[in-house]
Amino acid sequence: MSLIELEYTDVAELRGPLAVVRGVSGVGWDEFAVIRPASGGVRHGLVLEADRDLAVVQVLEGTAGMAPGGSRVTFTGSPLRVPVGPGWLGRVCGGRGQPLDGGPAVSGTLTAPVNGLALNPTRRMPPAEPVLTGVSAIDLLTTLVRGQKIALFSSAGLPHLELAAQIAAQAHAAGEPFSVVFAAMGLTHADAAAVRDTLETRSAAGELVLLLNLADDPVIERLLTPRIALTVAEHLAFSMGRHVLVVMADMTSYCEALREVSAVRGEIPARRAYPGYLYSDLACLYERCGRVRGLPGSLTLLPVLTMPAGDVTHPVPDLTGYITEGQIVLSPEIPGYPPIDPLASLSRLMRGGVGAGRTRPEHMDLAAQLLAALARARQAGELAELVGASALSLADRRYLDFAAAFTRELADQRGDETRSLEETFRRAWCVVSVLPRRELTMLGREALDAGYRPAGAGGEGQPSADGEEP
Amino acid sequence: MAVVTRVNGPLVEVDGMAGASMFELVDAGGVPGEIVALKGAHATVQAYEYTGGLAPGRPVERMGVPLSARLGPHLLGGIFDGLLRPLDGAGVWLDPRAARTREGRTWRFTPLAEPGQTIAPGTPVGTVEGAGAVPYLVLAPGGTVSSIRPPGAYPADAPVATVGGHRVTMVWHWPVRRALPHRERLGEQVPLITGQRVVDLLLPVRKGGTVAVPGGFGTGKTVLLQQIAKWCDADVVVYIGCGERGNEMADVVAALAELTDPRTGGRLSERTVVIANTSNMPMMAREASVYTGITVAEHFRDMGYDAVVIADSTSRWAEARREFASRGGALPAEEGYPADLASALAAFYERAGRVTTLGGRTGSVTIIGAVSPPGGDLTEPVTTHTQRFVRTLWSLERDLAYARHYPAVSWAGSFSRDGDALARWHARHGRDGWSATRARVASLLGEADRLAALAELVGTGTLPARERVILLGGRLLREGFLQQSSLSPVDAYCSPGRTAALAVRVLETIDECLALTERGVPVGEIEERDFSPVLRAKEAP
Ligand SMILES: Nc1ncnc2c1ncn2[C@@H]1O[C@H](COP(=O)(O)OP(=O)(O)OP(=O)(O)O)[C@@H](O)[C@H]1O
Ligand SMILES: [Mg+2]
Repeated sequence: MSLIELEYTDVAELRGPLAVVRGVSGVGWDEFAVIRPASGGVRHGLVLEADRDLAVVQVLEGTAGMAPGGSRVTFTGSPLRVPVGPGWLGRVCGGRGQPLDGGPAVSGTLTAPVNGLALNPTRRMPPAEPVLTGVSAIDLLTTLVRGQKIALFSSAGLPHLELAAQIAAQAHAAGEPFSVVFAAMGLTHADAAAVRDTLETRSAAGELVLLLNLADDPVIERLLTPRIALTVAEHLAFSMGRHVLVVMADMTSYCEALREVSAVRGEIPARRAYPGYLYSDLACLYERCGRVRGLPGSLTLLPVLTMPAGDVTHPVPDLTGYITEGQIVLSPEIPGYPPIDPLASLSRLMRGGVGAGRTRPEHMDLAAQLLAALARARQAGELAELVGASALSLADRRYLDFAAAFTRELADQRGDETRSLEETFRRAWCVVSVLPRRELTMLGREALDAGYRPAGAGGEGQPSADGEEP
Repeated sequence: MAVVTRVNGPLVEVDGMAGASMFELVDAGGVPGEIVALKGAHATVQAYEYTGGLAPGRPVERMGVPLSARLGPHLLGGIFDGLLRPLDGAGVWLDPRAARTREGRTWRFTPLAEPGQTIAPGTPVGTVEGAGAVPYLVLAPGGTVSSIRPPGAYPADAPVATVGGHRVTMVWHWPVRRALPHRERLGEQVPLITGQRVVDLLLPVRKGGTVAVPGGFGTGKTVLLQQIAKWCDADVVVYIGCGERGNEMADVVAALAELTDPRTGGRLSERTVVIANTSNMPMMAREASVYTGITVAEHFRDMGYDAVVIADSTSRWAEARREFASRGGALPAEEGYPADLASALAAFYERAGRVTTLGGRTGSVTIIGAVSPPGGDLTEPVTTHTQRFVRTLWSLERDLAYARHYPAVSWAGSFSRDGDALARWHARHGRDGWSATRARVASLLGEADRLAALAELVGTGTLPARERVILLGGRLLREGFLQQSSLSPVDAYCSPGRTAALAVRVLETIDECLALTERGVPVGEIEERDFSPVLRAKEAP
């Protein structure tokens, strides 16, 4: 790094979000740049390519209003670093970390590179405790595990932001210090306001960092927002020992920004014009979650994305699915709120995070039983559409009753309702008890003796179950 | 002086490199890299670490050697990055600028040769104890042994013998992109027993064979590969996490360290070399990782062992090559992949084989590679080319995985070109019925699939009794034989004897049902029978 900051004035070319600066010397790849356009203001950039005396700079605020001549550019001599520390908690900032809440700029004695460093895989500790969200369908069937990355797949028009905000507002780690970092990318003003509203209490309690890049904010800024969020979160988790949940919504907007830069640079595209490095780029974000052996905190990641046209094979959900450890899928076919499709959803690390001493001893078996019964109910439902419900066998009709009870008693929940684990399990047992005991082959005898209560034995207004049980 | 002229991510261009050779290692302003293209004095370098801050004008130093693996007694039980640098010794965060510690320990050497003796190339001059589950053999070039150390503890890099004028140490350096030589390939086919029923019976792989495992996300590639890493009957397993998840690596390392190797009584980790180049680690080291992994396997093959290379996922390797080619402005072929994709894949799988080593031993390298097709689309280039070069394909189906049918290996969409030869091997080894059982299971599954498609059109009720029993038989085979949970303490591994017995048991049940229909028992009654004993047989210890 040079002691004298050199200022370059020869901006030779402006193309999309890129500025090509000529005549530079000693400027390195991925260096952070400060740009002062003749029109005033300050913009920021990153070096995407250093070619002899040319530096290709990606301008985070976009190049609108800039002219080739008259801009002054300085390079900071190193990749971008941001301040880290507890000063972020309780703050509401923009997509580059600039304050939006009227407070001073977040500062700290410590800084960290926004790209982070790779966590040594031998120092990782397999995730093993749950993050409870207070949402029954998630806590019971696709439990979040501390240190896991699990995606929320949705489609346009579905309440994924409500659900993400609800999770961010309610999630906890059983009394251990817990924080949430919420990175919004490309959200509309109305959506952002709703998210802020839901998270108000958590923010006031100093448990939340909110970074907002809105739909009319510079597109390229979005490339930075999740990186700042993760850098701040890593410090809260691994230096301050907190359990941190990072929510990143909407990753589809992030990927579109990446595609835009790639297109302007004339890179050879892979599928649907997304760059070939989309997988690695996303992985470098998503892999920043985890637990570290010997350190108390954890970083759990919930990327939220809308699948264009509901297509799961689209590169953004597809590559996300290839990186995350499971997915929670929202579907327009599912009635009620939250419209989670339990059969399409899976938390791959759930087994390690639930069970005796963590949630309930029968958790895995009960979840497997509910899913198996839901699968059977879905088949019965398809059959009913063909031949009519009255033509179904008694057994099939019971499964339809079961599915209705599942939606009504367990899955359906208010957007501001936090359910304790006790409450979720109580409801789950009510729901499986709609089925005759002999059908519940995945549950052990002990668990059944303790939890099975068919209607009439204390259930609340369930459809009739056959009375073969004592 | 050689200087950097251009930096674009992991691509570094350098001027003033006259005299350099392809694949030579360089230090570009503190960043290690490898020359992958030369044009006059201009070189293209793929960097193995993050190039942030690297600027044109920085000096470049040539190392004079190609990218090489350091092969030695430290490998078994170790965990390394894609360049085979130990990760155990590195810090919590992999800082590219931080030095990696090199082990300072000594190893117990026992000589196997005498001074004055003349030996062929590849002959062991000594063994090293305590270097893993199998004795580590110190191989030497051919010639006359002029001196050899007595038994004792020596550092790995210290000379233990002089053979044909060469100093021999316990360590061997080999350029990873070149196959280690062997004497000849062997024709005889021996199965690699994986302990997974669907594989061992229907889609077997031979020692020295090649397998590709394509499947969309969440179809069970990693779980299947990890099961094989744990239970297959190889002497040495090289597990390459190539651009995949860190948590999975932590998981497999923890599992291997806990599990007992049924054959040695030691830990499974002691027969395993783990190469972990996760998706957030530098991309070009990921590209190198499959080569370092296979070089390690060849090294153990040369000691006369059966080695298995597991690469999860080869698609990430191909993507790293695509990414680099595209930054270098190479003309893209299919879906942006460079035109040499097919030949690179072919060359990689060609390094598998069961051979006579230079020293006259028999050893093998089996390659099992996961493929991660975008969107689950099996017509994409990496999948289609890989299929051409492998002898066995285990295609994982999303529908099976969604129905929680694990392992989700499609019996219709997969193949093994060694199935018949390996069935003959089983017959020679006391399992006479193997071939017939295999044929019967395969044909019943096929017939049941055909009938299921028909039943969807006309309804099950209209099918004749015999066909309804076949449909039932298909379900019994799927649930009672093919499905195998990796989580079951009893069933995670299934010996060939048990595999055959379970298959026969299901087949007998089907035959009984067929006999009942022939005697006029209504098929509805047969379908309502309690089949749980045969379905649960696999869970019985
Ligand atoms: N044999 C099995 N027994 C039990 N569960 C299994 C089995 N195979 C797969 N699964 C389940 O499927 C999930 C996904 O499997 P896996 O991680 O192997 O998928 P993958 O094909 O490697 O996916 P990706 O491409 O995203 O890495 C596992 O977490 C587990 O829940
Ligand atoms: Mg996998």
